[in-house]
Amino acid sequence: MGPVDYIPRIRDNYARLGYKTYNWVVNADTAPWAPLRKPLSQCRLGLAASGGIYVAGQVAFHYKDDTSFREIPSDIDTKELRATHFAYDLSDARTDPNVVFPIDALRRLVREGFLGGLSSRFYTFMGGIYSSRRVSEDLAPRLTARFLEDGVDAVLLVPV
Amino acid sequence: MGLVARHAEAAGIPTLCMTSARDITLAVNPPRSAFLDFPLGHTAGKPHEPDLQRRILVEALSSFETMTAPGSMKELPFRWSEDEEWKAKAFAEGDDRTPRHDTPQYQNEEDRRRAEQGGSPSCPVCRS
Repeated sequence: MGPVDYIPRIRDNYARLGYKTYNWVVNADTAPWAPLRKPLSQCRLGLAASGGIYVAGQVAFHYKDDTSFREIPSDIDTKELRATHFAYDLSDARTDPNVVFPIDALRRLVREGFLGGLSSRFYTFMGGIYSSRRVSEDLAPRLTARFLEDGVDAVLLVPV
Repeated sequence: MGLVARHAEAAGIPTLCMTSARDITLAVNPPRSAFLDFPLGHTAGKPHEPDLQRRILVEALSSFETMTAPGSMKELPFRWSEDEEWKAKAFAEGDDRTPRHDTPQYQNEEDRRRAEQGGSPSCPVCRS
């Protein structure tokens, strides 16, 4: 069986919620490209994930076009991570947040020498933001500014 | 997430998007992506299977060194199960999203209490 098509499902759902017809972003141009400048074993990697992960003590995300993000120290105790989201079944993420926020595997790959290191802070947000303009003009520039400030060599992005 | 990838990449930062929604990612067209054909909520693997999670990441991250063309998508060589019953279920049930509340949705009440008391001191941007 081929991959599940999610675009029709999401369109239907927005229609049910009374939103105007959802116009999916389609980019027919050539994507931008920045080559990796050194081997992964020398790179410091950043991570941003949209599975709604937060740290116990942080304000949780809400479910209506939340464009905020949370900063998560990359040395956080995994037991302190929580998951909240409207668009996927949370039961696995709540017992093992690594399914949407692969922090333990990344730390292991640093110990093994596969990666040079990790940014001291990672970022999480909600996704499922109806307005692509708000993502392009607000969330994406704020996250990019952080990646530049953090001096990462590459960034892994994990949506849900 | 593809929009974040394109923005960061345009600013000079190499990115890789993992994804379990191939149609969405192909439409948004990020610079590099790695497709894992798993049910939503498992973009980086199965719970409590650290060796599998590690193998998935190694396969995905290797794309940084092997991909040469913008818009490339690697199909990761992992299957959720021998049969593909989860897909039949995903097709049949459609979208099962929960209502869109605009107040914080905590995993548990203890989290709410801690956050309302001012949050963790180690968290400089609890609300940003």
